[in-house]
Amino acid sequence: MRKLTSFAAGLLFGLGLLLSGMANPAKVIGFLDLAGAWDPSLALVMIGAIATALVPFTWARKHERSLLDAPMQLPTKRELDGRLIGGSLLFGVGWGIAGICPGPAIAMLLGGHWQVVLFVLAMLGGMLLFSALERRRAC
Amino acid sequence: MTIDWINFTPWAALAGGVLIGAAASLFVLLNGRIAGISGLLASLLETAGEGRSEKLLFLLGILLAPLLWMLFATLPAMEFQSGWIGLLVAGMLVGVGTRYGSGCTSGHGVCGISRLSPRSIVATVAFMVAGFATVYVLRHLLGG
Repeated sequence: MRKLTSFAAGLLFGLGLLLSGMANPAKVIGFLDLAGAWDPSLALVMIGAIATALVPFTWARKHERSLLDAPMQLPTKRELDGRLIGGSLLFGVGWGIAGICPGPAIAMLLGGHWQVVLFVLAMLGGMLLFSALERRRAC
Repeated sequence: MTIDWINFTPWAALAGGVLIGAAASLFVLLNGRIAGISGLLASLLETAGEGRSEKLLFLLGILLAPLLWMLFATLPAMEFQSGWIGLLVAGMLVGVGTRYGSGCTSGHGVCGISRLSPRSIVATVAFMVAGFATVYVLRHLLGG
């Protein structure tokens, strides 16, 4: 059952990305371009998503088990450290260059554009690089 | 600041956002998991781990969503503004950055802000500011 709900939630998430305009890099950059002709659409995507998710996540914070009796796995870290801020800044630079973030990259992957394939390979490479650096740090 | 009224799509953006929020809500209410795409992708790169099939199926849903969409409508335009070097650099930065920062637009921006996590609010401000600054530099300082 949980596998089915995972897949259904993923499908819905992907449809939302396509409908919202997030799966068009030019539109994402239109939102990030405050000094040019600014397209505020993506602010409304965030507002719509957060307004919808606020009550369900408030419920989730108060419960140990999900409705399908899975453990509620919410992040526990609290520190506002350099890794969080530095990592997010790096992510933002990459997002600004290409106009692509991880969710839309997956939603666009079967769209037949080589650009997405290259971006996803580089992104997975970046994640593997991070894992390798973390392993070295741990040694 | 000038608003780009021609490309502004408020209703589609709001409706798409509601779907994204509903999907993230279903995932946490039913599966107890955060719909953070960078985190899900990274955990699938690890060899072992809990809940692999659920994570994989969520990502598979996103991957296949365009096929479902195409049964009813033509896919929205996907326009790219960077060449291969830009895409390569951007992909690497997004990969490394989302791991150090523990999340991306979905995990921090949607799920994290919805659970009022201070870490996610800080991360979202950081990647938004970096995104605005990067486009400003590329388009208005270097691009002309």
